[in-house]
Amino acid sequence: MSKNVNEVLFGPIFVNNPIGLQILGICSALAVTTKMSVALVMCIALTLVTAFSNLFISMIRNQIPSSIRIIVQMTIIASLVIVVDQILGAVAYDMSKQLTVFVGLIITNCIVMGRAEAFAMQNPPMISFLDGIGNGLGYSVVLMMVATIRELIGSGRLFGFEILPLVTNGGWYVPTGMMLLPPSAFFIIGLLIWALRSWKTEQVEEAEYEIGGHTALSRAM
Amino acid sequence: MSDPVKDKDSLKNILVVALGVCFVCAIIVSTAAVQLKPQRIANKALDRNKNILIAAGLYETGVTADAQIDTLFERFTVKVVDMQEQRYLSADEVAEVNIDPRTYDQRKAAKNPALSMALSDAQDVASISRRARYSVAYLLEQDGQVERIVLPIHGYGLWSTLYGFIALEGDGNTVAGITFYEHAETAGLGGEVDNPAWKALWQGKKIYIDDQVAFEVVKGNVDPTSAKGKYQVDALSGATLTSRGVQNMVSFWMGRDGFGPILKNLKG
Repeated sequence: MSKNVNEVLFGPIFVNNPIGLQILGICSALAVTTKMSVALVMCIALTLVTAFSNLFISMIRNQIPSSIRIIVQMTIIASLVIVVDQILGAVAYDMSKQLTVFVGLIITNCIVMGRAEAFAMQNPPMISFLDGIGNGLGYSVVLMMVATIRELIGSGRLFGFEILPLVTNGGWYVPTGMMLLPPSAFFIIGLLIWALRSWKTEQVEEAEYEIGGHTALSRAM
Repeated sequence: MSDPVKDKDSLKNILVVALGVCFVCAIIVSTAAVQLKPQRIANKALDRNKNILIAAGLYETGVTADAQIDTLFERFTVKVVDMQEQRYLSADEVAEVNIDPRTYDQRKAAKNPALSMALSDAQDVASISRRARYSVAYLLEQDGQVERIVLPIHGYGLWSTLYGFIALEGDGNTVAGITFYEHAETAGLGGEVDNPAWKALWQGKKIYIDDQVAFEVVKGNVDPTSAKGKYQVDALSGATLTSRGVQNMVSFWMGRDGFGPILKNLKG
């Protein structure tokens, strides 16, 4: 059991990362990674929603009729997201002002739906809860890495503290505005996936087709 | 529960699960919403007041505690401006139109045909389409003299409507500060309207030449020695459209259809 727990909880961080291997949840990874503080709150929100939606869905998995299972999952996920959004608005108002659009989008985040459908529907509540936490952590690791790179290069700060003295404030660093635009997150995530797959080569997918020989050439011969 | 797998897909079970899930979720969501509502409203009001203080230069980031905001805010005289007749309402009139200046929501009023006016294309430089009839103005007075006046402004940038405040000195011409408390411009580009360094450029700039709005947001560095220098602020780099939106906002709200006439009276 303990090995199983380890696998479920820590597996998604590198071995079976939801962003790195399954390429899920990319949309929010692009949107909220310009600042580390925002990315961190988003990670916490997503981890909590994934964990609790997995827990609740798993609790009633034997009752959920298969014909309406997706909509039942969506209802539970959406309710949790609204609750998270409300709590953010009450306790961290400044943060919620920046995040509220993206928190709403957790509802359609493929990781949450994917874990509910793939794991929670088949497994008991406790292990499903841990699976949610694990996948949330996997998402968080990638998000925080991307946010670190983007905030440092894009605005010379980490968590809002100035690391590289900016020209606008009398320093030497000219921020790279490109890093603050969504395409840069694509590049960074792409490079991270490349690095991850170079390290764990078993993640490299087999080519779906092979390029054939040159037909004109073979005919001529 | 004898054999859940067997009758899971029966019509009865589908209905029971669907209704049950909806019911439980509805209760959880509404409880959370109702419980947290006072807190959310308080946060919103606090944030607005904080921005009024920032515009007026009474708030120091990192120094002023949230608890002090209310006390500092008490120093303002809150007035209601009739934008159509271009004058302050007296206390009686405020009671008559049933406005509580502390909770008045100009945004809601702008959507209500009875409380707002549609702007023609020529008037609507800030792309706000409707202007509420009443607006709130925050006056900082000393010995009966208006020292500073903080006015709410809003207008369209690139992606979103920016909401903010502009503070003017008692002469109704010199900018004391500007802030934005709500916008959805690109972080790092248009979002730099929040940057204290940029906002600081506004301090001391003048708005009017002969009662005409002369203020401009311009590309490139402002030459402080030139005649126009004191009417210009350097635009945000990489955010031409947001800068233009801010410029339009100032043109509209400081102009004839905005607070222009009120400020003219202030100048005496």
